[in-house]
Amino acid sequence: MTQTIAVEANHVVKAFGHGETAVRALNDVSVQIRTGEFFTLLGPSGCGKTTLLRLIAGFEMPSAGTILLDGADITTLPPNKRPVNTVFQSYALFPHLTVAQNIGFGLEMLGRPKAEVKARVDQMLALVKLEPMADRKTSQLSGGQQQRVALARALAPTPKVLLLDEPLSALDLKLRKEMQLELKRLQLETGITFVFVTHDQEEALTMSDRIGVMSAGKLQQVGSPKEIYTKPVNRFVASFIGETNFLPATRDGDAYRLDCGIKVAAPSSATGRVTLTVRPEQIRIGAETDADALPAKVTNLVYFGTDTHCHVNLPDGTEVVVRLQSPATGDAGLALGQAVGLSFVPDALQVLED
Amino acid sequence: MASRGFVLTRLPGFNGIALGVFVALYLPIFMLVIYSFNAGKSVALWEGFSLQWYGIAWANDQVKDATVRSLYLALSAAVISTVLATMAALGTTRRRKFRGMTFIYVMINQPLMVPEIVSAVALLIFFAAIKQATDYQGMGYLIAAHSAFCIPFAYLPIRARLEGMDLTLETAAADLYASTWQTFRFVTLPLLLPGIFAGMMLAFVTSLDDVVITVFVKSAGQDTLPTYMLGQIRRQVTAEINAISTVLLALTVALLTLFFLLTRKKG
Repeated sequence: MTQTIAVEANHVVKAFGHGETAVRALNDVSVQIRTGEFFTLLGPSGCGKTTLLRLIAGFEMPSAGTILLDGADITTLPPNKRPVNTVFQSYALFPHLTVAQNIGFGLEMLGRPKAEVKARVDQMLALVKLEPMADRKTSQLSGGQQQRVALARALAPTPKVLLLDEPLSALDLKLRKEMQLELKRLQLETGITFVFVTHDQEEALTMSDRIGVMSAGKLQQVGSPKEIYTKPVNRFVASFIGETNFLPATRDGDAYRLDCGIKVAAPSSATGRVTLTVRPEQIRIGAETDADALPAKVTNLVYFGTDTHCHVNLPDGTEVVVRLQSPATGDAGLALGQAVGLSFVPDALQVLED
Repeated sequence: MASRGFVLTRLPGFNGIALGVFVALYLPIFMLVIYSFNAGKSVALWEGFSLQWYGIAWANDQVKDATVRSLYLALSAAVISTVLATMAALGTTRRRKFRGMTFIYVMINQPLMVPEIVSAVALLIFFAAIKQATDYQGMGYLIAAHSAFCIPFAYLPIRARLEGMDLTLETAAADLYASTWQTFRFVTLPLLLPGIFAGMMLAFVTSLDDVVITVFVKSAGQDTLPTYMLGQIRRQVTAEINAISTVLLALTVALLTLFFLLTRKKG
């Protein structure tokens, strides 16, 4: 079955400034965003994720490369000619208009008949549960309500793609959790393709169908939240999403020999020096004498409530963090300096490209 | 309050100097207003309360004539200079920075810096040439001159408002299918209106009390209220001048208060 593609970026480059001082915010980025999916661009600030969003919206023109919407080249189309709408980080609600006028703005500009605009605005107000606020000025609304007006305003013209630029970053934690669910609901109800920009990995993991992880102007990996978390392709992706351990190793036959001398199996054909990664919750702590166990010494125990983080040192000095579920008594039964044996759950070890 | 560093109010003589400044600024104006209600002719000798000078000024056809001309001139100059200043402010804030932008900024504000008497003489000579060539003697010269020197007064508040505006709003309008014109008409202009009103009021007040340029540019029989008053004082000083001045003062204070209220209320 072939998936239709809503947005496609081909070898997109965006440079700011000229000559020697030019900064490449995007460096040869290609990505395909499927119709109807919740796609998240995830990365630290300055990685180029917002720039890519602004290129899709038409607020910036790429220095090179093309952008396609439903297969049509829109690279040079101005923003008002693109059937995509944006939810801005600052919401950018029009302060001189009411909530209803804000929501109807897009359709008004498109010259739709008054009755149609009115009906659509009412429908949108119901969708974001703001019917009683229709005639308020936007400054009289709370942050969460303004957020919902911004969403309704961007959804009202039924865009082919909805772009969301860190829309939840200004909200407090509780409201952010609510809005995450709300966004997911809206996306499922409307069936519109969402492209969501965030630096919050938890937000990305819980909401997205697929995630594109970005760093330094490049797309590092695209995949489902599970793929990104369990099979990171490189050090950046592995460390940016969740916590992880890095173990230097060398290819030895059809397995890898860790620097502490123990041989482990991992699904890869990479040769020479490699880095293995393993998540803290994928390691088991057993007795030092267990078969095939990695000998280690406990150096620190940190209690987090549900979890206890156990820091151990391998014989060669490599530090490894193991996450244990705290037992009912809260006492993990380990002591500082205790000799233990580490083992990995199946498929836990991943080999990184770099 | 933490007394860190330099605390002005603790310096010796602060109260005295502050009081002296306010007295110097406002006592003459206060006296002028008081004597406009004098029952006698004098502007220095109090002879009891009366509104007679307001009545006399109201009945004076020359005062009426000059007042109507002043208002007509100030309104025309305010409208023309505000339209031009709005365009100039848009041109200097809503585009990429270009070479010579600072120069243009200085040029727009030139009337604030050039001594007014220089502008007046220049306009006199310039308009004399046009008068000779066209034989036109009407109000156009005064309107043109006033519009020109009012531009910077209208320009500054409009520019300040444009610079303080959140540009994301215009981006959002474009994202919601507004053309450049629609963005201006439905987003930028409504948000700019308080600035435009403020600029227009400043221009109006500036034109209303101008003497130097008006004296040089006006033709015979084109007295404005300030030039009429100047002419009257040369002949004979009566409290009628005080009455007219007090009305002008009240009008100006009212307009500037409105200006303050409009510019204080940000977006």
